Amino acid sequence: MFNPSLSDEQQALRELARRFARNEIAPIAAEADRIEEYPWDLVEKAHAIGLINVTVPEDCGGAGLGYFEDCLIAEELAAGCAGVYSSFVASTLGLTPLNIAASPEQMERLMKPFCAEPALAAFCLTEPGAGSDVSSVRTRARRDGDSYFLNGTKRFITNGGVARLYTVTATLDPELRHRGLVVLVVPSGSPGLTVGKKEEKMGQRAGDTREVIFEDVRVPVENLLGEEGDGFRLVMQTLDKIRAEVAAAAVGVARAAMEAALGYAKEREQFGRTIASFQAIQFKLADMAIKVEASRLLVWQAAWLADQGLRNSYESAIAKCFAADSAMEITTEAVQIFGGYGYVKEYPVEKYMRDAKLLQIYEGTNEIQRLVIARSMLK
Amino acid sequence: MNIVICVKQVPDTETKIRVKDGQVDHSETKYVVNPYDEYAIEEGLRIKERMGEGTITLVSMGPERAKDALKSGLAVGAEEAIHLTDEAFEGSDPYATALILSKALQKLDYDIIFCGKQGVDEDHAQVGIILSELLDIPHVSVVTKLEISDDGKSILAHREVEGGHEVVEAPLPAVITAQKGLNEPRYASIKGIMAVKKKVIPEWNAEEIGVETTSVGLEAAKVSFVEVSLPPERESGKVFAEDPVQDAIKVAHLLRDEAKIL
Repeated sequence: MFNPSLSDEQQALRELARRFARNEIAPIAAEADRIEEYPWDLVEKAHAIGLINVTVPEDCGGAGLGYFEDCLIAEELAAGCAGVYSSFVASTLGLTPLNIAASPEQMERLMKPFCAEPALAAFCLTEPGAGSDVSSVRTRARRDGDSYFLNGTKRFITNGGVARLYTVTATLDPELRHRGLVVLVVPSGSPGLTVGKKEEKMGQRAGDTREVIFEDVRVPVENLLGEEGDGFRLVMQTLDKIRAEVAAAAVGVARAAMEAALGYAKEREQFGRTIASFQAIQFKLADMAIKVEASRLLVWQAAWLADQGLRNSYESAIAKCFAADSAMEITTEAVQIFGGYGYVKEYPVEKYMRDAKLLQIYEGTNEIQRLVIARSMLK
Repeated sequence: MNIVICVKQVPDTETKIRVKDGQVDHSETKYVVNPYDEYAIEEGLRIKERMGEGTITLVSMGPERAKDALKSGLAVGAEEAIHLTDEAFEGSDPYATALILSKALQKLDYDIIFCGKQGVDEDHAQVGIILSELLDIPHVSVVTKLEISDDGKSILAHREVEGGHEVVEAPLPAVITAQKGLNEPRYASIKGIMAVKKKVIPEWNAEEIGVETTSVGLEAAKVSFVEVSLPPERESGKVFAEDPVQDAIKVAHLLRDEAKIL
């Protein structure tokens, strides 16, 4: 039965992630956002204590934790900086197809060395003409003997320029639509793999988002995950598993904005009293708390289902949609509570607002999530 | 090398302190490992890593919740933890606390004992020193740097003193109380946290360690709290913004006559 009380270990994990976010991530968040540079030493520090590769099995060098624990950590780290955190979740996203479909030999050969060192992975799905519509992938995988040759361009790839491992969705034949998809594991440095210029983003600017270009990149057939034609199902399962974590990150951003707004409202005085004493501000704060608490419970429910091995497409879509929309609303209201100070970069809330916007867009737009929810209702 | 570290659980420094019925109200307090004890634990871990061998045992006296402090220490890498707990221990002052710790320590092998230099709750800064007296071994307090001799038989400790540093040599076993600056405590690891679940933390009561219940606890305390109060609220500042010259004269007068700091 779903039980929203945390065990001692879960509380300790959350406390560790919170401490790491407060001491290591939050202090550099504004600067990383300003200079758009990925703070690589954070990957090294997070790797050393096991805050990345959290869901990878222990015998492959991960922490072997469930998606529920993963979500506890996600909320804390994203509260420190969503841009930094998105790199971590994008890496988990890149590794999830291996977690689901890799053979023991593939785990040993591909996952184990990856986890042994501080490294990030990238999930290469989106293309100039394919995103929400997965079956429109045009990157070709041409089989020739015991190799595939990859050709195509991936768009908006988080960790594009810094990843050590790319999990690439490609098609054997576009005519086959979703039945023609494969997922291949491509190590960085493969001849023909190049990256485009870094995207200048509105928010989550610390993250490294780029085009990844494949020109006759040879990939041995041993790097195919599952069977030919399994790609579509594998991508969908991967997105289902990760959706709750993205929603958890939204809770983190929202909570950070709420805490900042609460602190400011108790300090800022107007008309001889703190603005927190005005009902107009109190209602805003209360609405924030309602949304944060509700989002978190939706996240926990979706993650718990994933850990039970139960299908959670409907619940995780609701969690992602509600948490990301809530994060957008809460961060916007936080800027409002800060007034003029909220609009300038001296305070963190304008960054929270810019960061939150991406949460409604990536990992399946909130529109796609609503389609998933409605289809499930109308089925 | 057998390293024993005394750990205290204290209210998080971010806790808002409230006074109710003449006592600190802890109903909403969140507890953490005493920050100075974190330096002590870290130093123990570093010694063990440097020497390539050793066992780290944590000892904490306190109510049931003190187990969480021991678990935190286990999660960063200590091997064992012992919880000294008994209703009779409640309300112990620094002397009684040191007495309880000393009795427990007599049941253990130790080459070096670490304490934080003080608990950040009541700030007595006495337990480590009294403990060394009761065990009849040397102590070095407020240590910011520590070296252990190659043969593992003595230490060279740098300690903070007014306006400078003192370098002290002492034979082992000895009690060291850790000051900020001794090291930078590491984070727990996820593996460490998950491994804590499998560890058993034995509980030792008064009988187990052979301490008379009449010599510890609130009744036996040599120190008692007469009154607990919050610091007075800071009064709002005065603003002088009329004439710079006249204001400066006024401020000088006030600093001399009222604040009495000139």
